[in-house]
Amino acid sequence: MTIYLPIAELSVNIFIILGMGAAVGFLSGMFGVGGGFLITPLLIFYNIPPVVAVATGANQVVASSISGAITHFRRGSLDIKLGTMLLIGGLAGATVGIWIFSLLRSMGQLDLLISLLYVIFLGSVGGLMLWESLNAMRRAARNEAVALKKPGQHNWVHRLPMKMRFKKSKIYLSVIPIIALGFAIGILTSVMGVGGGFIMVPAMIYLLRIPTNVVVGTSLFQIIFVTAYTTVIQATTNYSVDIVLAFILMAAGVIGAQYGVRVGQRLRGEQLRALLGLLVLAVGIRLAVALVVTPSDLYSVVVGGMG
Amino acid sequence: MRRFLHLLAIVLCLSTPALAQIPLGPAQGDKESLQIGASTHEIAITSDFRGADLTIFGSVDNADQLLLAIGQYDIVVTLEGPKSDATVRRKERLFGIWVNRRSMTFEQVPRSYSLSSTRAVDTIATPEELNDLAIGIDHMRLVPIGYIGDGSSLGEFRQAFRQSMQSSGLYQRDPSGVRFVSPTLFRASLRLPANIPHGVHTVRAMLFKSGEFVTEKDLKLRVIKTGIEQTITDAAHEQPVYYGFFAVLLAVITGWSASVLFRKD
Repeated sequence: MTIYLPIAELSVNIFIILGMGAAVGFLSGMFGVGGGFLITPLLIFYNIPPVVAVATGANQVVASSISGAITHFRRGSLDIKLGTMLLIGGLAGATVGIWIFSLLRSMGQLDLLISLLYVIFLGSVGGLMLWESLNAMRRAARNEAVALKKPGQHNWVHRLPMKMRFKKSKIYLSVIPIIALGFAIGILTSVMGVGGGFIMVPAMIYLLRIPTNVVVGTSLFQIIFVTAYTTVIQATTNYSVDIVLAFILMAAGVIGAQYGVRVGQRLRGEQLRALLGLLVLAVGIRLAVALVVTPSDLYSVVVGGMG
Repeated sequence: MRRFLHLLAIVLCLSTPALAQIPLGPAQGDKESLQIGASTHEIAITSDFRGADLTIFGSVDNADQLLLAIGQYDIVVTLEGPKSDATVRRKERLFGIWVNRRSMTFEQVPRSYSLSSTRAVDTIATPEELNDLAIGIDHMRLVPIGYIGDGSSLGEFRQAFRQSMQSSGLYQRDPSGVRFVSPTLFRASLRLPANIPHGVHTVRAMLFKSGEFVTEKDLKLRVIKTGIEQTITDAAHEQPVYYGFFAVLLAVITGWSASVLFRKD
């Protein structure tokens, strides 16, 4: 059964999109990630114009992150003040990101930038994840204790000026790295169509030394608002949010996520991370191959609409 | 007049609204003139549209009976879509990856083009004449915008544009799509591709006598898309702020209702 996507301006098989949404939703529930970094490349592989894939991906992340955000909000496991600082940076970053997005689109270099960013991020994050989980598995096999760096240790980040006290997180930290982190994630949200949790969470834990119990809730707080803002801005500047595509993806995604969570609770952490690492790496390699292989048609034509 | 009534009869069989559209131009002395009519002036395209054929009827008046009998008259009918600028980009290898390097933008080209003729246009008239009249995919005006260097790549980009538009089905030709149904009446079939752009299209019929252009007639045709998909497209372009907020709201409701539905307690 085919369905016409009004903004992407093409007909697609609805079951493929549903399957894509459910599979990514399942994985996102299993691993506790937003899934934007898998949805957008998958849509591009399925010939959805990258402009539409990115804008629609941001919209889909809103849906996949909202239930987690509500849970954390209820439990109070988030630092609103810290989240607001991240959000200020995030909104500014998203605005700059949209500007870069539109500029590169008019230059015909947008598709390349999106692919390159995905190759870089998916390649490095996937590689690191795989490396780390394989090491953990080896240590577990030898029954060694896991030596994690303890939060609370100081690094260069803690010598920056403009310090602020965050009561909930029990930290006293400069706002500069927080806003800068939010800003960088905001750019990624608007250019890549991701929530950015897969970069923000490790950065908050290892770089800013924010206690783990508030990290996920606080990052979700930032992600919800930045992706929502990006969706509206993409809709008004590039007219590239495909609501039909987004709805199919999110409906399948949120259901898939519920089952993913259940399966995820039964699997072991390292194995889970190794699997995710492999998957992320595979998507990155597939995108890298597309950049290197000689295209069947060297020319591309853009007349008016999406390109 | 008998000829005209003949035309009227045929068109009337097809549909009644066509009546108002038959041009009632006076005969101009001895010169040949062309009359055309379409069964409709508005085409509504539903979301499951997979392409269609449009039929144009016409007659040649004051034709020389002898030349007509030996097939010296040729007719070309085109359907040109709304115009906009088109950019062609060429990928080149840069540090091992394929990057869009050179580009050329053509000014106001039709977004769709369908041509139908009594025989291949290149055998109807000289290339110069076809270029002059901008008839046919290979002869339409492709004027580049801005600096194009020494112009040596112009031909290459034009060719790439034509090829791309033809392979996407937006540009097409049928060198036997115009048939004379009586000595002076003709019928032209034009193909509407599935991805036809909406907007005002122009039907252009041209008459040639022994390879010489004689006259032409225009007709406007409005292509409108209908259905829920079109409502969404219109909303996205005309009310983008509300559309964006609605997209976010939809996401919030979807995500939230799933977490309520699947709550374990």
